[in-house]
Amino acid sequence: MCSLALFPPPLPSGQTTLCESNNELLSGTSTEDRPKQESSPLSLYFPRESLKLHSRTESSSKAAFLDHSETLWMRSAAAWRDGGLTGLLTEITNSHTEVPKWLSVSSGCTLALLRWISSFHGSLFPHLTLSSEDMIAEFSQVLNWSDCVVRAFSWHPHTDKFAVALLDDSIKIYNPKSATTPTLKHRLQRSVAAVQWKPLCASALAVACQNCLLVWHVDPCSLSTRPSSGCAQVLSHPGHSPVTSIAWSPSGSLLVSASPVDTAVMVWDVAAESCVPLQRLGGGGVTFLSWSPDGSHVLASTPSTLFRVWETRMWTCERWPCVKGRCQSGCWSPDGSRLLFTVQGETVIYALTFTDAQVLKQSFEVFVLYLSASGDELIMLDLSASVGGEIQSLSWDPRGERLAVLLKGDPQAVDRPAIIAVFKTRTNPIFELLPCGFVQGEPGAEPRLMQFHPNFQHGALLTVCWSTGRITHVPFYFLSTGVPHFGLSGSPLLPRLQERPSAFANQSLFTELIS
Amino acid sequence: MFSTEQSCWFVRKVICWRAAASIAWAVLLLPPITAVFIILSRFSFLHPIHTISECLSLLTSASAIFSFILLCGVILMVGFLNLEYYTVIPTIACSKIALLGQLLHPRQFVSSVVHCIMGIIVAWCCAITIGGRYETLGYPCIQSDGSPQMCLNEYQLILLLAGAFVGFSHSLLGVIHNMNYVSFHTVQQYKYLRFKGSLPLVVKCSAIQALYSIRNYIVVYFFLGYIPRAWICKTLNLHLTSSAHPLDSIAGLLDLSLFYHLWISATFLLFTWYITLLLFRIFVTEVYSFPVQSSFTEDAHQCLPKVLLTDKQPMILKFLALQDLALLSQHSPSRRCEVFSLSQPGGHPHNWNAISGECLSLLADLTQRLVAYHDTVATNGRAKSLSTGSERKTSSETSVTSGTEDLMSPRPTLLMKTPASVFARSIVGGPQSPLTAPFTPDLDSPFASPALRRLTAPVEQCSPWHGTVQSPHIMRRAPKLWSTSTDSQVNGSFPPSPASVPSPKQEASKPSLLAQFLQNRKEQVLHFVTDQNYNVILPEASSQALFADSQAHIWALEGLSYLVQASFSEDHFGVVQTALPSILSCMLVLQEAVDRHFKLPHASSKPVRSTSSIGDSTYKTLRFALRATLKTAIYRITTTFGDHLNAVQMSAEHRKRLQQFLEYKE
Repeated sequence: MCSLALFPPPLPSGQTTLCESNNELLSGTSTEDRPKQESSPLSLYFPRESLKLHSRTESSSKAAFLDHSETLWMRSAAAWRDGGLTGLLTEITNSHTEVPKWLSVSSGCTLALLRWISSFHGSLFPHLTLSSEDMIAEFSQVLNWSDCVVRAFSWHPHTDKFAVALLDDSIKIYNPKSATTPTLKHRLQRSVAAVQWKPLCASALAVACQNCLLVWHVDPCSLSTRPSSGCAQVLSHPGHSPVTSIAWSPSGSLLVSASPVDTAVMVWDVAAESCVPLQRLGGGGVTFLSWSPDGSHVLASTPSTLFRVWETRMWTCERWPCVKGRCQSGCWSPDGSRLLFTVQGETVIYALTFTDAQVLKQSFEVFVLYLSASGDELIMLDLSASVGGEIQSLSWDPRGERLAVLLKGDPQAVDRPAIIAVFKTRTNPIFELLPCGFVQGEPGAEPRLMQFHPNFQHGALLTVCWSTGRITHVPFYFLSTGVPHFGLSGSPLLPRLQERPSAFANQSLFTELIS
Repeated sequence: MFSTEQSCWFVRKVICWRAAASIAWAVLLLPPITAVFIILSRFSFLHPIHTISECLSLLTSASAIFSFILLCGVILMVGFLNLEYYTVIPTIACSKIALLGQLLHPRQFVSSVVHCIMGIIVAWCCAITIGGRYETLGYPCIQSDGSPQMCLNEYQLILLLAGAFVGFSHSLLGVIHNMNYVSFHTVQQYKYLRFKGSLPLVVKCSAIQALYSIRNYIVVYFFLGYIPRAWICKTLNLHLTSSAHPLDSIAGLLDLSLFYHLWISATFLLFTWYITLLLFRIFVTEVYSFPVQSSFTEDAHQCLPKVLLTDKQPMILKFLALQDLALLSQHSPSRRCEVFSLSQPGGHPHNWNAISGECLSLLADLTQRLVAYHDTVATNGRAKSLSTGSERKTSSETSVTSGTEDLMSPRPTLLMKTPASVFARSIVGGPQSPLTAPFTPDLDSPFASPALRRLTAPVEQCSPWHGTVQSPHIMRRAPKLWSTSTDSQVNGSFPPSPASVPSPKQEASKPSLLAQFLQNRKEQVLHFVTDQNYNVILPEASSQALFADSQAHIWALEGLSYLVQASFSEDHFGVVQTALPSILSCMLVLQEAVDRHFKLPHASSKPVRSTSSIGDSTYKTLRFALRATLKTAIYRITTTFGDHLNAVQMSAEHRKRLQQFLEYKE
């Protein structure tokens, strides 16, 4: 049991967390560190006012034109094209003066029947009645997605560049080594829920949009600031929208995508633009996907109290029922042997251990045992102290030494804002979580989204997107304990460290602020 | 060599059993499908219970059992045809006339006839099970003069002919959509799950295809229906009743119930055939795990390195071996360990040498093909017109070898010169083993243009670059020699016979008069055919043909790159290090060639995706998959080794290229 009571107290208002050094989190007032933040090329600020938002009140341009009477056939054809069967039936029912009475009455009855069936379906899976924007907001890893200036963020797995999806549906790519910041815009790029760079590739960026998946190919050497929409591949499958989560395989060969309205997980072969639906009944959809860094498993959570862990060799899955709520978020240890996940409505982090198939079964039993309130394997974090609340998302740094937990807070209570709690983790010889501290921003800024840099040389680097539109980076300086690591690509990270002994030679005993 | 026994070994022990298992499952699935068909065909909303009891009694009747046995026979035949005609490398027609040539190929003709007959048999079974007015071909009737006679029942005739028509169109569409092509999936799944996943697609495809076929059939029957009717009447001595109106009239064909029965019978027919095909594909592409090394010498020829190395074998064996290599390099550390191990005694890395050598030669072969294609193709993306191509061929061949008699028998000599092209070699063995290229068009026929022959690289041997690999200078110079005449010929004006244009090389070699005469005649005939609009080479198809077997290259790239990546920590003897420079340079050269190929205007255009066809269109996107896999493979090596690669010996150009990858700028 590791409670937030063991944590150092949160900073007083006006203080900002700067970095971790010598085993403690350093802070500064926001005024004094402002120049430093501005000077860093990767700290960005997107004021809400600077974004040109869509005024998307009308779904079509119909209202701008004069009404002119078309024949019933034309209107029916248009309704069939725009709204499918439901649209056609509505059109026939509405134009009851022109059609025979029996037709309008029967179509009205059919429509009522369809609505009744869909409402019945919706009562089984309440999330199906949400609009697609609400659905993305509900299931996104971003806190309060619909009101967020930065809607998605992704570091490139190998280099120091990242992509930021903004509220105005554009994506910007920042690279400290190049002067150009390409802005990606596409007709179909609406309501971006997630972005992710393809591993083992310099250019491909997958974007989860409202109606489809886009895969951009942004040439890193190109000087163009507005790549044309011809650089984007559109991947879509009927019934698979909105896409709320995507994950590339660490080997870069496959892409999986999930939609809360589709019970199938789509496995895309992006180059061939073909997909294999992995259909399993139950759950009513798939909301969140996470591929383990060693590529052997995929976590797929559903909107109901159930999640699945897919094994990626033969694509079979195991069902893991939860009791209380749906699986909100999850993350894998760097070697893919341990899965941490959180359940909506609980303030607990669960851990599952995968070593081989047999142990998986055992840990399943432990899981069940835990639900009857005992068990050693499970680490329970009671986070319901004065700070904290439910957990929005989890993020584990690529070396497996720091775990960042984004707590939702309580929107009603003033004294319980959303906050990021950081744990030190150790996986060898036993799994341990130790308190590290809280990461806080400027006064009034709430963390919305966070991600660790995939290969930061001196420890871990946590990138946080704040509600004000600011993106900051909080470094955690420490020396790795030297366990063998698997980077995102499965490539060993150690040789790189050994190449630069001089960088480490002049360091003091434990950690040091390098700046 | 043991190659002949070995191919027998694999076909006999694995492929045949897999095909047999798939046919057995198709036969087992037949009763439920038939039951569903009977219920759907006889269901009436007014008497639902009566229908069901009637169906049950029908299912147990003798006629149903007899027709069921017939259907089983048809399934067996379809399964056998699948086994006989399947291919892992699609035959891509590069022009419309080449497609016509495929359709008129004798082998294809046999298949069409067999499909027609099977269609009639299935339709007869359908007629028996539907019953009612379809049941018999003749029935007793009273003629106007009062004498009893046998009259023709046109309802059964129309159903039988529909079966024949649907069977025939199925076999034609099979050629057009490459239905005999068996593709391998990137996502491995168990057979049952794959079958379950594709079942809805099969239902949809068969229903839609049946609808289209029946629509076409009704049009054909409306115009030409009297011919088979009169013929049947004459042969079987049946009469036409004057009272019943004939069915090849608008009133006769506007029968909704008749249309429904035709459609449901066609759907049943196509569904059973598609299911058989689907099961065959699923079974035959299942992963086969080859042992990396065997402790018994008699099993040595079944090991992965040996299987990869041998040439005369069914292509499926090579594909499965490469697939197994890609999977083992990715997933199983213990088998990777065997690959990296040294031989006892001797201490040679035979396994690694054999595997890496074969993969590299495959990649080098593709590079050569791409370079040659790029040299052949004019900048506008179309193949150079006929005269330049064949003229170049004559000039280059006359210089490389001696005399024009090579045109008559170029194969043996050219074969010796291209040791790297393993695929081409094995396909030359195609006529002996029917499994490799069943629909290979008759390339010696005048219908196949020489341009086509050049472009269907894996299928055809006498393409110019096999000769020109030896003489790149002539290859480079030749287009310049004849480029002036290119435009006028593409535009369609009839050019003077190009052989009469004096060529210094030909003058020098002085071919015999007879050969010259024959050559002239051949050119003229070919010109007549190729000058038509419909023989324009489809540029995208030629690009597809170039990458038709690229699944093998994709696996070779994956296997090599994963093995190299694993060698960083698992290779204790350093066997991979020795091959690292050649692997990197091979990949970089291929990368350059692929990049250059994608700069051609047609190469990067995406093919139209068709979802309502059971034919597998994976081969259309193989070039994109190859490009992505190649980049990923190079990145996999560079991210693993990082700056250590600076110690690897390679040319300055390659180092520059590699630096781009190390900086993530590709």
